[in-house]
Amino acid sequence: MNNLLVLPLLIPAFTGVILIFLKEYVKLQRIISAISVFVNIAIAIMIVYQVNTYGIQTLYMGGWLPPYGIVFVADMFAALLVLTAAVVGAACLFFSFASIGEERERFYYYTFFHFLLTGVYGSFLTGDLFNLFVCFEVLLVASYAMIVLGGTRVQLRETLKYILVNVISSSLFVAAIAYLYAATGTLNMAHLAVRVAEAGQGGVMNVIAVLLLLVFSLKAGLLLFFWLPDSYSAPPQAVRALFGALLTKVGLYAIIRTFSLIFVHDLGVTHSLIGWMAGATMILGAVGALAYNDLSRIFNYNIVISVGFIAFGISVATQDSLNGVVFYLMHDIVAKALLFFLGGLILAASGTEQLRLMGGLIRRYPWTGWMFFVLALALVGVPPLSGFAGKVMMVRSGFGEQHTALSLIALASSFVVLYSLIKVFQQAFWGGEKNEEEIRPLHYKAMMAPAAVLFVLVILMGIGAEWVNGYVSQAGAVLADPAAYINAVMKE
Amino acid sequence: MEILIALAIGVLFTVGVYLVLSKGLLRILLGTTLITHGVHLLLLTMAGLKTGASPLLGEKADSYVDPLPQALILTSIVISFGVSAFFIVLAYRAYRSAGTDDVEGARGEGHE
Repeated sequence: MNNLLVLPLLIPAFTGVILIFLKEYVKLQRIISAISVFVNIAIAIMIVYQVNTYGIQTLYMGGWLPPYGIVFVADMFAALLVLTAAVVGAACLFFSFASIGEERERFYYYTFFHFLLTGVYGSFLTGDLFNLFVCFEVLLVASYAMIVLGGTRVQLRETLKYILVNVISSSLFVAAIAYLYAATGTLNMAHLAVRVAEAGQGGVMNVIAVLLLLVFSLKAGLLLFFWLPDSYSAPPQAVRALFGALLTKVGLYAIIRTFSLIFVHDLGVTHSLIGWMAGATMILGAVGALAYNDLSRIFNYNIVISVGFIAFGISVATQDSLNGVVFYLMHDIVAKALLFFLGGLILAASGTEQLRLMGGLIRRYPWTGWMFFVLALALVGVPPLSGFAGKVMMVRSGFGEQHTALSLIALASSFVVLYSLIKVFQQAFWGGEKNEEEIRPLHYKAMMAPAAVLFVLVILMGIGAEWVNGYVSQAGAVLADPAAYINAVMKE
Repeated sequence: MEILIALAIGVLFTVGVYLVLSKGLLRILLGTTLITHGVHLLLLTMAGLKTGASPLLGEKADSYVDPLPQALILTSIVISFGVSAFFIVLAYRAYRSAGTDDVEGARGEGHE
């Protein structure tokens, strides 16, 4: 029992509620939000420390022991993701201060922001499948509001599609939960793992597993990403950064959790399906990233490619590749947020999203330019930077486990990432200046600060990979051998 | 009884999917609501429709009904209620902005 685990939910939830009553006091809203995110980082660090020292932490709500009642579990994987999400959430908050505009701030932007974080932390920490659904809904409802906040026609149109896709997929999620409950009689994830192992993962279980995979893939943008590029282009840059960094990762987290803990007895069906989907996602994402010439679409297809890449690591499912998945997931959350921050800076500096209308920004904004260049290298996985370690672990075990074709696709997709981002770098930062009037963005320095913090983090995660790996391999060990997780939750 | 409810679920899903595939925004919206109802019934039925006393120890009955599906459905209803309400307001707002509830116009190519 560890009551600390509920705080990552309670703090943003309470903050969000308090901010509702402070609608007109924008300054106060900012101060309270900032305090809240910093407290959250501190608590996330404490959770990581406790998991590191004392092993997997659990919290039985109301003292009801499993399989009854709701359980919160923090293994190293969940704890690391909560910490990463807290850091990136704080950066997004400070980026919002500079870029979101007072109009949105007065219409409950920060409230939705904190509710979204509530849902994200909840999804990472819960140990119960239905509770996962509830946390998903919390973050989705907040994300609906954040996409549409501002009410332009594009936003209304894209939100309609986004809601429709998510309402249907949530319905299917509940249906899958219903089937699973009928087949096993429990919804506690650790207990489910025990029951599925007892009953054997036969036909019915595989159908349920594939249905769950379908639902989570819709949320994560794995293969079923048709809604993603347009929806994520509609809101302002700060929201895009938050979504690109966190939302798809929650879906991926659900896939990893379900297919490393519960459905692990028939890898030939479930994991090879994930492998196929991962390959198709990387190829289609690459096509999209090459096809478009505007900033938001190129970045959004880069999200898709990285989702495919992480799914590839899941399908290989060795200890080494799961370590890689955890490492790469953490890197990707930070790096994608930074990518969208820099996209926001480019947008503010050039006043357009179309690449052909940009040029020559490097003269006025050398720091932004070189940060973008280094980030592109980090996303590709050039050695001293954060993308390298995770990528190496996944691809190495991919080749080791005879997933040659998939590994080659994964490597090729890295080149597409490199090409598409260097294209942006070249067209936006090099060449002659294209726009006549000089745009002087108002809050450029304030937008730069959170980007710089994440930039330092990307470099530190790369240089300190050995140190990070100490934590990551603990997370990977639990994913590779779920017995530790099950024992921690089901102990009397 | 299970057969009857299974049929009802099937009808709800069929009608729901049909409505979601249509062009009008309001129909799509009703379709999602019907699908959600179907899912709730599914949740209730899949656990098995048992007869028994309410799950309170004071009842001292031979068999009790399973309280978990009810709890899940209650939660799910609350969520779908909230999302539907938001969806309806959004659909109205989109109708006011676009002047039509035809989703053909929601494709949005080229002009942005």
